[in-house]
Parts: sequence; C-alpha cells; structure tokens
Amino acid sequence: MNALLYSDWPWYVAGPLIGLFVPALLLLGNKVFGISGNLSHLCAAIAPGKLEFFRYDWRKAGLWNLVFLLGVVLGGFIAFHGGPVQDIAISPNTHAALSRLGIHDFSGVAPHQLFNWHALLTLRGFILIVGGGFLVGFGTAYAAGCTSGHAISGLANFELPSLIAVFGFFAGGLAATWFILPLILGGL
Amino acid sequence: MTIPSVTAFDGCGASIVEPKPVRPAFLVFYLVLGIAFGFVLSRSEVISWFRIQEMFRFQSFRMYGIIGAAVVTAALSVAILKRTSLKSASGEPISIPRRPLGSGIRYALGGTIFGLGWALTGACPGPLFALIGNGVPVIVVAILAALLGTWTYAWARPHLPH
Repeated sequence: MNALLYSDWPWYVAGPLIGLFVPALLLLGNKVFGISGNLSHLCAAIAPGKLEFFRYDWRKAGLWNLVFLLGVVLGGFIAFHGGPVQDIAISPNTHAALSRLGIHDFSGVAPHQLFNWHALLTLRGFILIVGGGFLVGFGTAYAAGCTSGHAISGLANFELPSLIAVFGFFAGGLAATWFILPLILGGL
Repeated sequence: MTIPSVTAFDGCGASIVEPKPVRPAFLVFYLVLGIAFGFVLSRSEVISWFRIQEMFRFQSFRMYGIIGAAVVTAALSVAILKRTSLKSASGEPISIPRRPLGSGIRYALGGTIFGLGWALTGACPGPLFALIGNGVPVIVVAILAALLGTWTYAWARPHLPH
C-alpha cells in the first residue's frame, strides 16, 4: 500500500486519475475544472484596482476553486512528507542535454541550482522564476485557461479555442526550451 | 428554476455560469478534491521541471501519456454525463459552458505566452501551488509574479487583440 501511495506513478495510472477530476467537479457542483482562474480570483480579492476584468463577485464565482487550490497546496505537502521525490528518473537523453547546459544537480523535483532564494538575485534565476511566473500569469489570463482548463477540460469538451490554446502552449514551450533556456543557462 | 446569471469573470472557463453560490458545507468536498489533486500531481511528477524539459525535448512518452490519458478519461466522462440527465450533488443540471472563439487570437497568443512561462518555471498553475509543499519554497515568488502577470493582463486588456 505504501509503495503504491508513495512511488512515482506510471502514466496510465496518473493520467486517468487526473482526468477524473473533470467529472468529479461537475458531479459535485457543476464546476468546470481549471486552476488558472484562481489567479484572477486572488487578484479580484486582493487588489482589483478599478480594473473591469476583476469587477465580479470572486466569492460567488471562485471561492470553491480557491478552496480547491488550498487543497492542492496541502496535497503537495502530504505527498512530500509521505516520501519526497529523491531523483526523477528522466530519460538519459534529457539528462545529457541538461548536463550540457550546466545542470549537475538532478535531485528533487526542480534543479536546486536554479530554484533557490539566492538564485533570485541572479539574472538567470530572476528570469526563470519571476519572468517565467509572470508569463504564466499573463498568458493564462489572456488565453482564459491553462493546462487544466484548456488542455484537459476544454479538449475533453471538444472546444476549438482550447485546441488553439494547446498549440500555443507547445509553441511557447518549445521556443523557451530550445532557444531561450540555452541562452539563459549558457555558462552556468 | 431561476435563470442562471453570467458573471463578468472570464479568467479560466470564459463567462462561467453561476446559478447560485456554493453552500459552505460543500467547500469541504472541494478541499478534499484539491488535496487529492495536489497529491496526484506530486506522485505523477508532472510538477517536476525535469519532466517538463523531457516533454518539450520529446525524449519521453510519459507526459504525453499522462495528458492524453487525462483528456480521454475526461472526454469519456463528459460524454457520459451529457447523455444522462444527472444533476450535480448541489442540485444543478450539469452543463459545460463553451468559450467563445472570437478571432482566436487570444488563445493563440495567450497560449504561446503561457507556454514560454511553463517551460521556464517548469510548472503550470496547478503544479506551481503543489510545489510549495514539495521542497521548492522559492516557487512562492513565481506565484506572486504570476499574480502580477494576471493583474498586468487585466490592466492591458483593453489594448490587446482578442
């Protein structure tokens, strides 16, 4: 049982489980699965300014989702304390490619070299953490959805906007991986 | 039966139809589902920067298998739910509002901008929050930056093509 709960799950277990959150939320309260709306809800709650985009009742539209999000944070803690990820068993090709870019610490879920408090003071770390985070927030609000809202909920509902968005996700992700990351990480 | 009102909210799942606010007692169930989701994200390693790199370098089937299987499972579930006239536990008829296509520019451009951020941070919004508890506390800064990004979009929105 412990092995099942705390090992890394194969794709054919993880994938269907993730997909089941769509019917679970529909059956619970007719809610559409999507995480990035929470960024809007948080802005609307904390600093709506006078912006029209945030002029809605965030409690009515998004309290359920913010509570779901709080759960995501807690779920992460529970998983970590049950058994933190030691080494991600990535493909040897990825390992080699990242090594060539200067990454040598492959422990944990994200490279410690790049994602730590001191890294924030370097241009490299600032671009990855602050720049990357900013683009995630701007892009998901502009596209009206993220991986969960578009790639899973939207595609499952056969929505053309979501298909366009998913193509965009990959266009951006490929550009960042193949052109921007080598520039940022060069000389690490 | 009251006519559902459409809120102005259009962040994720454009113009969500909100017939009535969620009953406080139901919030517990959303919390439990969220905990399960955070756990699944962690165990499936989709929160890992390394896994995202592996995906965008086409060096493993894993992420494609996970997303593909999630979509198929969700699509089958939605198809079944549409065929039944089941109501949700909260008593509403189940319906999924469709996003308006418009010119499609917002999806292409917004999607691309998000994709850039996804590869740089190695995390989409769900994983960003699951990572707080997974030994990467500095990710809180990425979340604050994401909030600033969403706020900036709201500010620039009147001038952006949609």
